[in-house]
Amino acid sequence: MSGKLENKVALVTGGASGFGRQSAIRLSECGALVCVSDINEDGGQETAKMLGTRGFFHKHDVTKQEGWKEVIGATLDRFSKLDILLNSAGVDHPKDNVEEPDDTVWRFILDVNLHGTFLGCRQVIPSMRRAGGGSIINLGSILGLKGDGGALAYCASKGGVRLLTKSIARYCGKEKNGIRCNAICPGYMLTGLLRKYLDTTNDKEDQHAKLASLHALGRLGDADDVANLVVYLASDDSRFITGAELLVDGGYTTM
Amino acid sequence: MNRCKSKVVLVTAGASSIGSMAARMLAAEGASVMVADPDVGAAERVAGLIGDSARHTQLSIANQSAWNSAAEATLHKFGNWNVLVNCEGFYCSGSIEDISLKNWHTLIETNVFGTMRGCRIAVNHFKLGGGSIINLSSVAGFVGGVDRCAYDSANGAVRLLTKSVALYCAERDYKVRCNSIHVGIAESLMAHSFLADLDMPEERPTIEDSSRPWVFQGEPTDVGHMIVYLASEESRIVTGAELVVDGGRTAK
Repeated sequence: MSGKLENKVALVTGGASGFGRQSAIRLSECGALVCVSDINEDGGQETAKMLGTRGFFHKHDVTKQEGWKEVIGATLDRFSKLDILLNSAGVDHPKDNVEEPDDTVWRFILDVNLHGTFLGCRQVIPSMRRAGGGSIINLGSILGLKGDGGALAYCASKGGVRLLTKSIARYCGKEKNGIRCNAICPGYMLTGLLRKYLDTTNDKEDQHAKLASLHALGRLGDADDVANLVVYLASDDSRFITGAELLVDGGYTTM
Repeated sequence: MNRCKSKVVLVTAGASSIGSMAARMLAAEGASVMVADPDVGAAERVAGLIGDSARHTQLSIANQSAWNSAAEATLHKFGNWNVLVNCEGFYCSGSIEDISLKNWHTLIETNVFGTMRGCRIAVNHFKLGGGSIINLSSVAGFVGGVDRCAYDSANGAVRLLTKSVALYCAERDYKVRCNSIHVGIAESLMAHSFLADLDMPEERPTIEDSSRPWVFQGEPTDVGHMIVYLASEESRIVTGAELVVDGGRTAK
């Protein structure tokens, strides 16, 4: 397993926690050099520390075009090339539904999840093209396939990422530039974010069981399940996979 | 025919090809129709051609205050409002590298945020008496195109936005249904100016377009029939669904 990504360079957004952190660790374990980016400086630095000399942290707001130029520049300065982009920065909000008259929540979620992913894909293609190819991995969600009444902008953003991914895959395929673009669609994963949410409920065990029951496997996944798929999509094992939506959802969408 | 008797429908882009056809067909089934369009003159002409059961108002869907006045105008003229046909959309081509940031923003702002604004105001009005929200989308919500990254993203977004609205209402027993229609011809029609369709049916835009492989033969009436079905009580158990009207394009 180790060495599968030897000489590859990855940029991981949202690397301060959850899927992003775990993916950065797994990519690094498999030989990749990793730029960890996040708007959260403390968490990002902590992840980078775990990678030792094989990684560094760059503070980065994915919604800003300038920020993308800087983080890609920093990665190229440090490691001379860029082969893998993992767009794992993402947000949700408890007041995300069709009845709330709040444009701020809507804009915040669309900006980070959809616009941020769009900017990243757009900015990274020239460097990957120069390197003869690459792998762009976007974080979709089961909520890009199935609806949720309490996740209006989130569903819209992930539905958008799904099709953005396909459009990019077709564009790169037509150009024969060697760049693949795929989306990973996780189910509910027991990450720090979900744990924090469960802690705020007064029937934590029941809530956990309820979420688990939504998955055919009857349990929740964790960040490692996503990270394993990231390694697969980052590596040449997946050389014929592009424009795909890879579910890692414990069977959520089968029900 | 009275399949849409007692329905009061607001149609956005009501002067467009699909919008004006939907307005006409809904009115023929007994609905009262508010023809809303950014081009108020065109909206007036469409409403005039339909007759007594239609009124018109100006509406650009990206503008929240215009939504508020269009909803008020509908309630004022007809005393009720229970169907929204979200037909307005913007199309521009452009790959992930070529599209300008301005076009990306305009398209997402109009097609996604604008559609959400319509859903939001409709849910708040329909939740007591029930209603149907119909979001016009495209097969671009299912398959990607090389040269339309913003349009694909927006249609993917509308597809899931629709499901979220449907489930939100169902969970609260609001009796508000919300569905999306995925048309194979939408964007070739969006490029045309549409009153020709009402005035000179023989000069209807032709929909066969060999330069765009996803475009199959079809006419605005094909979409109109689906809109009438979703507006009527015949579809009372249909919500959160994706209804594809594409001549088999996405079956391939």
